[in-house]
Order: sequence, then C-alpha cells, then structure tokens
Amino acid sequence: MKSAVITFPGSNCDRDLAVAIERVTGHAPIRLWHGEQSLPEGLDLIGVPGGFSYGDYLRSGAMAARSPVIGAVVEAAERGVAVLGICNGFQILTEAGLLPGALMRNAGIRFVCRTVGLTVENAESRFTSLYQAGETIRIPVAHHDGNYFADEATLDRIEGEGQVAFRYAEPVNGSARDIAGVLNAKGNVLGMMPHPERVVEAQHGNTDGARLFEGLARGVLERA
Amino acid sequence: MKARIHVTLKDGVLDPQGRAIHHALEGLGFGGVEDVRAGRLIELTLADSTSDEDIDAMCRKLLANMVIENYRVEKVA
Repeated sequence: MKSAVITFPGSNCDRDLAVAIERVTGHAPIRLWHGEQSLPEGLDLIGVPGGFSYGDYLRSGAMAARSPVIGAVVEAAERGVAVLGICNGFQILTEAGLLPGALMRNAGIRFVCRTVGLTVENAESRFTSLYQAGETIRIPVAHHDGNYFADEATLDRIEGEGQVAFRYAEPVNGSARDIAGVLNAKGNVLGMMPHPERVVEAQHGNTDGARLFEGLARGVLERA
Repeated sequence: MKARIHVTLKDGVLDPQGRAIHHALEGLGFGGVEDVRAGRLIELTLADSTSDEDIDAMCRKLLANMVIENYRVEKVA
C-alpha cells in the first residue's frame, strides 16, 4: 500500500500516524509538507493527522484546509484515493468540504483526553471492513473541538446513506447523534475524532486501531 | 476602508462558550441575563477599490464556516 502522511505547521500526530501505518502494513508512508502543490503518483491512502494546525486560529482546521496541498487532496479524493483524517485531520477535511458537517467546541467546554468506547456503525467501508457492525471498540480521544454538528436534514441523509462509520458508545463531547466518524458519500474519505493510530500495538494497551490500517491495506491488495 | 465582519453562530446551533459565559455572569451575581451567544469580530483594512463581492467571497471562503455560522459585513469609513 502506497500512502502519504501530510504535516501542517502544528501537526503533532503525524509521526504516530506514519509509524502506525508502517507497523501495521509493513510500508512506510511518504511524509509530505503542507506546502506541496501536488501529490506523489499512485497513492492508495492519504493521512491527514491530528494536532493543532496553525494553533487552531480562526477555527480548528480552517487555515490548514486552505493549504496548497489540500487542492491536490480534494482532487485525489475525487479520483477515489482513500483519505483518512484523524482528529485535527477530521476538522481539516470538514473545513475543506470533503466531509459534511462541522466540529464545534465540546459541549462540556473541557478538553477531553481518555479512551472511549466506539460502536462500529458501518463495517462495509474500506476503512472498517475488518470490524463487525455493532461491535464496540476502544480508541482514545484527545480534543477540544470534537462536537460534531450538521443540520437535521444532513444528519438524516448521512445516516440513511451509511456514512456514519463510528458512534460514541458513551457521552464524550455532545456530538449530534453521538457521531464520532463520518464517511463521504463515495466512502473513500473518513474523518474521525478518535485516534486509531494510538492503539495498534500490544504495548499501547489495546490494538483496536490496527484493524483500520490492516483493512485498508488488505483492500488495496484485493483490488490490485 | 475598514470592514468589520461579525461572525455569529446560526440559530439552533448550540453554543457551549456562550453558555459558559452565561453561567459565569450569573456566578458574578448578574441577574436577568436570558441568553448569551459568543461570536467573532474580524476587522479588515482594505483598499478602497475592494468590491462587495470580494468581501463576501472572503467571508464565505474562509472567515465564516457556512455550516454553522452567519456573517454580517459592516463597512466603516
């Protein structure tokens, strides 16, 4: 699987994501700076990592979503390349218009940093194919702006289309309908607030995040 | 020319920050505050030739997130 991980000024999970992808799939991602105008040829996956790009100025992810590289990411997403945005990456993808909705300040105002239960809602996507629908997995969150919002019509539409990938199994941040992860209509872009890259090795305490990367890699082999 | 861009949350969008400010005001003993909504003020200093359409485009493309926010442009001489 050929992948790339983008680093923005203020990203801080870029290395973790790159290491997780390499450990799970055996292939080290290409590391890209946000100023790139184009992407390497033949990518199967683009990782948009967590962190605090541009210090969360204006709105979380707002400035990064206007970076030069994002134009190329939008184009790649339209061609069907898998794009995974985690935490700040999810915020960037909604700001870039690749995913519906927006991520607002947590309902409880506080930064939330703990491992939470997630229910797998859609186990058919290329990101979630190694999970079981309805299964509860445990993945850490660490965010201040993870409160998912979309208008009722949009929420009904994405629920109806199977675009809700993960839902919180417990109260976390006030997200509409407990949504923790959202797919685009085509299913090749996933944004999620929890950090699967932080739970891929036994030493992390659990390995529930590994199946996401493994599933992506397996999908690439099957399609080849 | 200056333009003040007032960015506010749309009606129906919950505002946890506004709620926290509301609680803090009550904690200070101010009664009669019925609701608080927090927004953002962005002041732009612009060339006089800047068109209204350009200011509007700036708001829609970056300054406001149209999923959750409204904006109002106030031109100041």
